[in-house]
Amino acid sequence: MRAPDTNEVLLQVEGVALAFGGVRALRDVSFNIRKGEIRAIIGPNGAGKTSMLNVINGFYHPDHGAITFKGRTRARMQPFEAARGGIARTFQNVALFKGMSALDNIMAGRTLKVRRGLLWQMLRYGPALAEEVEHRHRVEEIIDFLEIEAIRKVPVARLPYGLQKRVELGRALAMEPDLLLLDEPMAGMNLEEKEDMSRFIIDVNNHYGTTIALIEHDMAVVMDLSHRVAVLDHGVKIADGTPDEVKRNQAVIDAYLGVAH
Amino acid sequence: MLYRETSQFKTTYAEDMAIFPIRQDRIALGVLLGIAFIGLPLLATFHIWPFGGDYLLWAILLPFLILALAAIGTNILVGYCGQISLGSGAFMAIGAYSAYKLATGVHIPLAWLGFAISIPPLPILASILLGGLAAAGVGILFGIPSLRIKGLYLAVATLAAQFFFDWVFLRVPWFTNYAPSGSVNAPELNFFGVVVQTPIERYLLCLTFVTVTAILAKNLVRGNLGRQWMAIRDMDIAAELIGIRPLYAKLTAFAVSSFIVGVAGALWAFVYLGSWEPLAFSLDRSLDLLFMVIIGGLGSIMGSFVGAAFILIVPIMLNLIPTELGVPLSTETITHLQLIIFGSLICYLLIKEPRGFARLISIGKEKLRLWPFPY
Ligand SMILES: Nc1ncnc2c1ncn2[C@@H]1O[C@H](COP(=O)(O)OP(=O)(O)OP(=O)(O)O)[C@@H](O)[C@H]1O
Ligand SMILES: [Mg+2]
Repeated sequence: MRAPDTNEVLLQVEGVALAFGGVRALRDVSFNIRKGEIRAIIGPNGAGKTSMLNVINGFYHPDHGAITFKGRTRARMQPFEAARGGIARTFQNVALFKGMSALDNIMAGRTLKVRRGLLWQMLRYGPALAEEVEHRHRVEEIIDFLEIEAIRKVPVARLPYGLQKRVELGRALAMEPDLLLLDEPMAGMNLEEKEDMSRFIIDVNNHYGTTIALIEHDMAVVMDLSHRVAVLDHGVKIADGTPDEVKRNQAVIDAYLGVAH
Repeated sequence: MLYRETSQFKTTYAEDMAIFPIRQDRIALGVLLGIAFIGLPLLATFHIWPFGGDYLLWAILLPFLILALAAIGTNILVGYCGQISLGSGAFMAIGAYSAYKLATGVHIPLAWLGFAISIPPLPILASILLGGLAAAGVGILFGIPSLRIKGLYLAVATLAAQFFFDWVFLRVPWFTNYAPSGSVNAPELNFFGVVVQTPIERYLLCLTFVTVTAILAKNLVRGNLGRQWMAIRDMDIAAELIGIRPLYAKLTAFAVSSFIVGVAGALWAFVYLGSWEPLAFSLDRSLDLLFMVIIGGLGSIMGSFVGAAFILIVPIMLNLIPTELGVPLSTETITHLQLIIFGSLICYLLIKEPRGFARLISIGKEKLRLWPFPY
């Protein structure tokens, strides 16, 4: 597995805490994500992994702590600002636009790159049409890359789950993000689909240099793909390091075996 | 001729992105436009059947075109952006009364400031378009709550708009130029020196408005803004996370929708009714438009036409067919039957096929394209 070229930190999470009423989903969690790496976040069910991603892209606001992204520190950030800053994500339960085709879903991911306004789009002529075609080219590259040419015009609600996950990845890629957050991209997939998805993730990381934060339950996948792994349990970070270090960590073994605290 | 797209390979994305990428569809549309713009007016000019009198033009085609226009506007908000509105009638009224005021000259006496704002009467086309713009402005204002309230609650807010404007146009005499009866007469329809008077001229005028609007609306909904609207409709949270601003997406939908509905309102008043009262734009009108959109197809420009035709034709058929069969129905029975038909159809479609008739048509076309092989 190729290591990232630099040690430059893209995202720093510092002392983040988040509670839902009595449930403390995150407690004083700190870790960083380096530019160009695949960073896995693992942990048992309810450990706070999804909550962590939600904090990173501004969907939840932490009660304490701060996030530094590309050198700018913020306690609160709106989802829209996160998107504009270059953070894209996929969801644990696919969150596609159900009434739209696969193509339109991915095209929607280009929204922030669209320059021509309402009146031009209404005329759909000259520069406006040229821009639309240009976006279509970029999107078709992604469609080729994800091998979903055959289903581009199909409404996503009609697609099987595995393909929906791929379209959702495509929509995130269309944003050309600097940081890609993937929440269990392989959940519910069979072995073959998992292998395809692993390949796509590695390719995205290699070819586009996209930094990836990956939540995944399948240990084999995590160990294969990631450069570094952070482990959460009951909202606390209990380990952080290379896959090998984490695998041997006693606290991690205990957490996964369900040893009482 | 067979409905096939084999051998019609699209070599560029621009071709694939054309409004009607399949050649047969393009031909069909061309024929339809030819009939609408040339065929029908010719038949009507020479009073050839079914244009013996002006009944078909006046009672069916003219209202059909204008209501289809209003349905396109409603569909953008309700069908594409997913914001339920019961206030389309009010926005038609705003378009109509604003256009009326602009066409007859606006005078706002500001006595306490010691002067008055006066705008001389504007040309008719400018009045109609500015009437649409006025409706768009009010639409944006009433769209702001949609950032906080959703679904049923938003529907209630738009219902409030409907009642509020019903009241305003009934009770504020300034809007009707102090006409004692509350009823107002449309100004002369003078378009750059051409006076539109006969039913054929009125029909061609509305047809032009509808055709141009349908094309521009279609461009919008298949461009990035349309995708933003649908994304907000389908999953607003995910939309925000890919960089769509709900504020911008919703308010543009309100603005574009209200503009089109407002222009339709001005045409309804000026070109179809000629003279009208606030009742012309009541809640019934709003409901009719909503029915058209649901029956024709939520999120379909073509569906707006289908829906408008259906809502308009059913009562006429209910009148005609039993009479032909020798068992004429009373007006009341027809109204009741009509409500039963619309009601049950809407229940059926919302449960089985929320995309309405337009979706059923495209399923049919898909089958036809593959025929005789089921896959
Ligand atoms: N919106 C919410 N409201 C209330 N509680 C929440 C909310 N989101 C998460 N939680 C709680 O926070 C804790 C952490 O949840 P989170 O979804 O982050 O876990 P996770 O690690 O992603 O789990 P899984 O592996 O099951 O996806 C859980 O106890 C969960 O019930
Ligand atoms: Mg989760």
